[in-house]
Amino acid sequence: MAGAATQDQERGEAPLLELRGITKVYGEGAAEVRALRGVDLRIDRGEFVAILGTSGCGKSTAMNILGCLDVPTTGQYLLEGVAVESLSGDVLAALRNRRFGFIFQGFNLLRRTSAIDNVELPLIYAGVPRRERIERSRRALATVGLGGRERARPNQLSGGQQQRVAIARALVSDPEVILADEPTGNLDSKTSHEIMGLLARLNRESGQTLIMVTHDADIAAYAPRHVVFRDGHVIADGPAPKPAEGAAP
Amino acid sequence: MRLRDTFGLALTALSRNKMRSLLTTLGVVIGVSAVIMMQALGMGATDKVTGEIAGMGSNMLVVTPGGSGRQPFGGSLLSAPLFERADLNAILEECEAVRYAAATNSRAVNAVYGDRSRSTTLYGVTPDWYAVREWGVGRGRLLDHEDEQQAGKRCLIGETIVRDLFEDQAPLGAELRVHDLNCEVVGVLEERGTSTFGQDQDDVIVLPYSTFARRISGSESIGLIMTSAVREDRITEAKEEIEALLRQRRHILVDEDDDFSVRDMREMQRVMSSVTGVLTTLLASVAAISLLVGGIGIMNIMLVSVTERTREIGIRMAVGARGSDILQQFLLEAITLAAVGGVIGVLIGLGGAYGLAQAFGLPMRVPLTGTGVAFAFAVVVGVLFGVFPARKAARLRPIEALRFE
Repeated sequence: MAGAATQDQERGEAPLLELRGITKVYGEGAAEVRALRGVDLRIDRGEFVAILGTSGCGKSTAMNILGCLDVPTTGQYLLEGVAVESLSGDVLAALRNRRFGFIFQGFNLLRRTSAIDNVELPLIYAGVPRRERIERSRRALATVGLGGRERARPNQLSGGQQQRVAIARALVSDPEVILADEPTGNLDSKTSHEIMGLLARLNRESGQTLIMVTHDADIAAYAPRHVVFRDGHVIADGPAPKPAEGAAP
Repeated sequence: MRLRDTFGLALTALSRNKMRSLLTTLGVVIGVSAVIMMQALGMGATDKVTGEIAGMGSNMLVVTPGGSGRQPFGGSLLSAPLFERADLNAILEECEAVRYAAATNSRAVNAVYGDRSRSTTLYGVTPDWYAVREWGVGRGRLLDHEDEQQAGKRCLIGETIVRDLFEDQAPLGAELRVHDLNCEVVGVLEERGTSTFGQDQDDVIVLPYSTFARRISGSESIGLIMTSAVREDRITEAKEEIEALLRQRRHILVDEDDDFSVRDMREMQRVMSSVTGVLTTLLASVAAISLLVGGIGIMNIMLVSVTERTREIGIRMAVGARGSDILQQFLLEAITLAAVGGVIGVLIGLGGAYGLAQAFGLPMRVPLTGTGVAFAFAVVVGVLFGVFPARKAARLRPIEALRFE
């Protein structure tokens, strides 16, 4: 197979993530929804990519497939050249645990659970000893500017602070890829820009690959590369349009 | 993921819903405690029954007409001939291992004193009976050989008779009318209380055997012979001697079955404890069913919990929980519920058993095996009924669980 050969010869050249002809169909018969209709996408290490599109264009579905939360109906997803569909559920769980960090629009924190307990969750499943878990969780919370709020519960925190906890949780296992699905969707404009500033800094400083789904051009402007979805297809892929909307503070 | 961490998660989840967790365990608590209480009660009752049988006279052997067939207390009295005076005398003379042998007959009668009357049990006994039953008088004197020879119109009465017929009057020397016979009360038997069989042992009147035979039954035949062995370790020997003697006297051929039976108290104890044992097993089985119902309660709540926490499961899977981690967590929750219920059940069961023993006047017994089995069963119930909900949780697809509203 050509793919395998490429992988062997040019390991460094293999893209970090690659979607090939991905389709995704939900439901059956009359209720059938074709969320993705043949998507090709390559994302390299260290990139900051914004995936844009209107609601229902398939961008979140693509994101879920990239994060191994969902599987494509047809097509191939290669992670560092390895076909993800051939992997077992446990290996996928390990991938989500070690190599991906998720940030959701709705934060998806465990209620009635303190900030630090939420942040340490990935480390529990990685089998990290308790002492080290607490140490690393503290550091992650400090990185997102929540030092001192370790014991606070989600309902005692503002939306922006909750999203920071979620970011700390995504960071704590030091993953290569951070996947953010509308990370600022539930936040006001000022807080949104704070969060984006934080994410952009992480991408810049720690070189983590950052893939962000958004429908907000203002937010997308933080990303140097824009991928635009419409009706389950990628209709545009390239550098962010500089002049008009480059007013991000 | 480490087991310790999984256990921590399970405990945290349970303690968040304390009231619900407590109510869920209630079924198991009731099941385990019921099993233990029933067992303790059964064992206590067995102890009391066998103890009382032993209290009748530990060296006692009871000789009854009728084969030792299947019925626990002797075969048909109709088919086999009763005993005679000569049989009694022969046992006393020829059986070396036998110390005492007494003839007894009994019948229900009406006893009258003044204007009061009472139906009671009248016994006719030879003097050895008191020694065999290890029973004496509290007041007055026993009936002796002189009374027996004279067929004297004298009697002993139990405390119940004293209370009911005599009230405040002195019973000794009083004339009591028993079944057309006027007799003088010469003694009051020591109080024995109620037997396990629910019989008031003090509700008796005792006549000399000869008086009973002549004035009451009109027959010299003996319905029952009570004997006692010289020593406890010679009971078997005494039994064999009596059997050999009676076979000879009753002309039973070698290949024929006995038409009488000789039972010692150990045999009676065995019979009684097998009866109470069956009852205990029955009661404990019924109690065990409630344990099963408790398990279904756990499954029910765990299923609700899995549905309620679908989103939580989704979040956990998104950050790297494997199906087996989720399975472990929910299974451990179910087992913890069952085990905690088991511990509480053991405590309540032992406490309840103590209370019941006090209430029924039974000796307190701790059913060690029963307690262990009940607790182990509770944990097994937790595993069995926890597996289904836990598997349901573990099989959720991450993205579906996350999207669950």
